[in-house]
Amino acid sequence: MAALARKADVTADRLAVLDLPQGGKWATEARQAALARVNAMGLPGRRDEYWKYTDPTNLTVPEAPPAALFDPRETPVFDDTERLQIVFVDGVFDAEASDDLEMAGLEISRLAEAGGHDIHWAKDVYGVLEASGQAPVERPLAALNTAYATDGVLIRVTGKAAKPVSLMYLHKSETSDAILHHTIRVEKGADLTILENGPAAARFNKCMEVDVADGAAFHHIRVQGRDHERRAATHIFARVGAAATFKSFTLTVNGRLTRNEAVIEIVGDEAVAHIAGASVGDGDFHHDDTVFVTHDAVNCESRQVFKKVLRNGATGVFQGKILVKEGAQKTDGYQISQSLLLDEDSQFLAKPELEIYADDVICSHGSTSGAIDETALFYLRSRGVPEAAATDLLVLAFLAEALDEIEDEGLREGILAHLEGWLARRRR
Amino acid sequence: MLEIKNLHVKLEEEDKAILKGVDLTVEAGKVHAIMGPNGSGKSTLSYVLSGRDGYVVTEGAAHLEGEDLLEMEPEERAAAGLFLAFQYPVEIPGVGNMTFLRTAVNAQRKARGEEEMSAADFLKVIRAKAKELNIDAEMLKRPVNVGFSGGEKKRNEILQMAMLEPKMCILDETDSGLDVDAMRLVADGVNALRDAGRGFLVITHYQRLLDHIKPDVVHIMADGRIVKTGGPDLALEVENNGYADILAEVA
Repeated sequence: MAALARKADVTADRLAVLDLPQGGKWATEARQAALARVNAMGLPGRRDEYWKYTDPTNLTVPEAPPAALFDPRETPVFDDTERLQIVFVDGVFDAEASDDLEMAGLEISRLAEAGGHDIHWAKDVYGVLEASGQAPVERPLAALNTAYATDGVLIRVTGKAAKPVSLMYLHKSETSDAILHHTIRVEKGADLTILENGPAAARFNKCMEVDVADGAAFHHIRVQGRDHERRAATHIFARVGAAATFKSFTLTVNGRLTRNEAVIEIVGDEAVAHIAGASVGDGDFHHDDTVFVTHDAVNCESRQVFKKVLRNGATGVFQGKILVKEGAQKTDGYQISQSLLLDEDSQFLAKPELEIYADDVICSHGSTSGAIDETALFYLRSRGVPEAAATDLLVLAFLAEALDEIEDEGLREGILAHLEGWLARRRR
Repeated sequence: MLEIKNLHVKLEEEDKAILKGVDLTVEAGKVHAIMGPNGSGKSTLSYVLSGRDGYVVTEGAAHLEGEDLLEMEPEERAAAGLFLAFQYPVEIPGVGNMTFLRTAVNAQRKARGEEEMSAADFLKVIRAKAKELNIDAEMLKRPVNVGFSGGEKKRNEILQMAMLEPKMCILDETDSGLDVDAMRLVADGVNALRDAGRGFLVITHYQRLLDHIKPDVVHIMADGRIVKTGGPDLALEVENNGYADILAEVA
């Protein structure tokens, strides 16, 4: 009872400093429903099963713990990619820095302005995928996001987007606490790539709901910020239709605390859903990938590929599940989570899960934790490659399977270059 | 070129002496062969010279052109001109053969204060050298040694040697696991690198490799020491009579 009371107190304290944004009947209804979910669940605590390995305290306290600003020596990503750029500074839309929200085949609007309009497609997505993703595992920070998000984009895609939409999150205040919620519907046969990068705020709660209709394709490539002290809790909720493609890749090279949750529901036959992450942590770094993929259709493929390189006491967490529902025959599910521990102070905590109710499926999962291959390291050094460069080569080789999940070659090369730069700057 | 004096080495993890006073000098332009029974310390010698962890030098010295090898990191030894062709070349998934070689060539050049090789020049040179060793473009693109046959791995070692142009080459049981044709190809690759300014130390179990790579000097190693040194005839003697006679003779 004490634990429950404490949870209620934590929740009440957090909600006390937030205002429910006003405007628009559908949005207000969705927000109020989400608020009811938050109150029913309570914010996460250390005793919750899905927060056993990650302390949520700094994600739930009323005020964001301060975070020092971006190191300007580090290079921005995606600069070589032609894109429609939308910029948020500490969670506030920056009209001047953003491109016009117009592209053929896309309807783009902002959550902060959408409440007053009757955007009926958004009504069926906003808070809807999040709500359906609350079972069997509760995700109260996502419900809090739906209730209190101050802005975000609403994108409906009806054709093939000529270029990616890039969401850039700048962090300029050391105490900012941002809540953004993006709502995306990729209509039948349409195609969109979303790029995200930047630290966003001292504390960032972000939710993205993506409804990928039959035969549509959605690609997501994210680089999570360069400010080391930032904290983030993010959620992706995806519904994937028949013969549709959903692919998401995240690179995390910094951040004191990151919890990335992904809840993917495959509802149409012949669909493909891949989610991948590469993270490299040095020192005070805690990175958590919590993934739940549900197969509820026939002949679908899912892949979860998560690789973490940890050193100087960094911590990596992976909680990944494949649920194959009754009747989801011919499912091909794959899950791999691996860590490369560069010293004995670092740790990797993994909880891979499979739950299968269909009898004609292929599901494989694996989780490993290991040190650098000394024999390979010596081989490289014996050819004249200095130890630090040789270690980097082996680190990149270890991460390759995750990076290979990025389909677009140009974007993959860009991410690789970003990662190489990061490693080179942090050589000992 | 390579000067080894009274080298004593033991294992780091257990107090076990492996090399018990090795004396050996390889002159530039010469090919020396070391033969010896299993466990005589031949491979240990190659590892200690190239700087592998796990060994402790308790006495003696090893110099490459007057530079103290034992004081250097493995990559420094490589940049100074030492090359070891591994008995068991290591598979490195995820690292492309070409990327690996280019990184190595340029790291060595950088360490020596030389200009790095451009991508275009590198490509031109490696294609020509790969062709001589019957290494196709596909093998260059694949991850280092991953899925290579025994012969392909050994040819890849010789390709690295050809690209890095070391002064002192140590070949550790390069003939192991090779059929006659593969051995000839590897030997041709080595012979093409024979040069007045380059020394070779060929470690082998059997005489047959020495039919293809003709040594100037042959050493017999047993129980951590060089017990006998002679000309190419010494290798034939081993082939005909085995090691037992020689070991009995020096005991």
